[in-house]
Amino acid sequence: MSRVAEDAVSASTPTGNRDLRISQLTKDFASFTAVKSLDLVVPQGSFFALLGPSGCGKTTTLRMVAGLETPTSGSIHLGDLDVTYEKPYRRPVNTVFQNYALFPHLDIYENVAFGLRRRRSKEVDQQVNDMLDLVELTSQARKKPPQLSGGQQQRVALARALINKPEVLLLDEPLGALDLKLRRSMQLEIKRIQTEVGLTFVHVTHDQEEAMTMADTIAVMNSGVIEQMGSPSELYENPATTFVANFLGQSNLIAGEIVGREGDVVKVEMQGTIVSIELDRAHAETGAGWVGIRPEKVLIAPAGEPIDAPGNHMTGAYVTDVSFVGVSTQYLIRMAWGQELMAFEQNTGVRGIIPVGTQVDVSWRPEFAFLLDASQDVNAGIEVA
Amino acid sequence: MATAPAAVRPRRKLTGYWLILPAALWLGFFFVIPLYSLIANSLYDPDGSPLGGYEVTYHFGNFTDALEQYWKPLLRSLGYAGLATAFCLVLGYVLAYAIAFKAGKWRNLLLVLVIAPFFTSFLIRTLSWKLILADDGFIVNSLQAVHVLGPDDRLLATPFAVIAGLTYNFLPFMVLPLYASLEKIDGRLIEAAGDLYASPARAFFKVTLPLSMPGVVAGTLLTFIPAAGDYINADLLGNPNTRMVGNVIQDLFTSINDYAAAAALSVILMVVIISMVLVYVRKAGTEELV
Repeated sequence: MSRVAEDAVSASTPTGNRDLRISQLTKDFASFTAVKSLDLVVPQGSFFALLGPSGCGKTTTLRMVAGLETPTSGSIHLGDLDVTYEKPYRRPVNTVFQNYALFPHLDIYENVAFGLRRRRSKEVDQQVNDMLDLVELTSQARKKPPQLSGGQQQRVALARALINKPEVLLLDEPLGALDLKLRRSMQLEIKRIQTEVGLTFVHVTHDQEEAMTMADTIAVMNSGVIEQMGSPSELYENPATTFVANFLGQSNLIAGEIVGREGDVVKVEMQGTIVSIELDRAHAETGAGWVGIRPEKVLIAPAGEPIDAPGNHMTGAYVTDVSFVGVSTQYLIRMAWGQELMAFEQNTGVRGIIPVGTQVDVSWRPEFAFLLDASQDVNAGIEVA
Repeated sequence: MATAPAAVRPRRKLTGYWLILPAALWLGFFFVIPLYSLIANSLYDPDGSPLGGYEVTYHFGNFTDALEQYWKPLLRSLGYAGLATAFCLVLGYVLAYAIAFKAGKWRNLLLVLVIAPFFTSFLIRTLSWKLILADDGFIVNSLQAVHVLGPDDRLLATPFAVIAGLTYNFLPFMVLPLYASLEKIDGRLIEAAGDLYASPARAFFKVTLPLSMPGVVAGTLLTFIPAAGDYINADLLGNPNTRMVGNVIQDLFTSINDYAAAAALSVILMVVIISMVLVYVRKAGTEELV
């Protein structure tokens, strides 16, 4: 009955009316603050990932959206609907729990039908069968959860939540219990299902690769706040904090002194060399800064040989470690100023592996570097992953 | 070196039997032999006496005689035990649920309190109920003052007192298995039920209660079986019209010295309880529960 009203509302405001909007959300526990005035908008129909190390507040945020945790302050809206203090069984949100939380006394069919039966939905049989088809578990319908493999249980948990067609589907580390290979295939599977059903998915994970594979938008969380939010490529190519630079992939961070703006680049004096960084990649303006460059963007060549990069060549470096990992070769290069940088080189076969001890020149294309505020911990986000 | 494991193997096989031996001896001496003797007694010649001696005459008439004469206390026992079990289940479930889910740091203390009555003798505890329910006691006086009880009504020596005594005495046997199975329930399952549109009440009946069924079955059995055979509560808190089958058996053995009838009645009680338990366990379907 309220369906008509909802449709009328969404017709009057055509874009993004069923967005999940979180504003100033805070959760204090007895001894610490898990989430600190979080602001977040998840557009309707998007696949959104909350990424962060354990204890960063991502699961608490998810549980507040699900209604399993009461916020200390702030609000949660689904479109125009304020669900901040709504009981979990009254909000149009469903959760795929970590370790699934399947009902062990019910068979797969009844697990999937649980939400429909509670809402006295019609045509339960048809819907359950369709959903079991979607997750390819029709033949397992009458088995009990413990009789299924981890991947199958995971799909039951997904089906049990999806069948209710929630406004927002929450996934709490849904693949954490699976082995690596299965996890990779389930990532693609979940992504496929999301595209098929078109619902809003909010996915909590500590696995940066998983978040990058699946999500349209990633919010990186650390100590209860969002460090940075954007598409996977934005976050990876242009991290705004040392935490993001280190937590999402790996980064070389080199101490430098900011000289100043010059046109649309920022000049930085870095260990005796002046480097240029594009304005939209510079997240600091004056004083000291970290010049960041991803290892696969670092180009090396034996001393004197040409490098495919304009601008500065840093000399006086030598190789201290080489590991061959098949698709690429990972080098550790000791620079003239004593710091070790990582350089990944694709195994294109153009050149052999450079042996340890070889003198090399180092360079990179200036458009790949980024500049971070030096007040941030250079090791933030490294150990926790 | 290589032959050592082979030499050990035959010994290993015997270890299991050695470990079973004490229990087997115990069962042999204190269960099989008494059971054999009880069944033999129930088939004695009913005209025998402890003075003149008994003979096993396979007199199956003992059973029909006992049923004919004592069917009332037998039915009463099952009724009282059934009611006491029902009360224990309701009270015990609430208590066990509170201890398992709501007690927090008080959990262990509350469990100790559940067991604490066992530090006093069963007899003393039942006798003290005699004082609590006495005609000029606090409870009867208060209930009379508010006209729940008439001026001449009493609690002691009524079926109420017997059932209350049974409920009191067997409550811990209900609480402990219930607690054990409630405590094992993963709280996330209840959260998941809430997430899937089940109100707290629906979540209880659809998830918590089904998952606690092993505790319900164990608790009701541990309460009903001893309560049905109990005679202390009826003896101390009841009257001649609340006699349970246990009282009859006790009288037949110790006062009337009719061993044949006493044994026949005991066997009947045993068979009745075993068949009820089998039907109950079948119905409750414990093998399917996790």
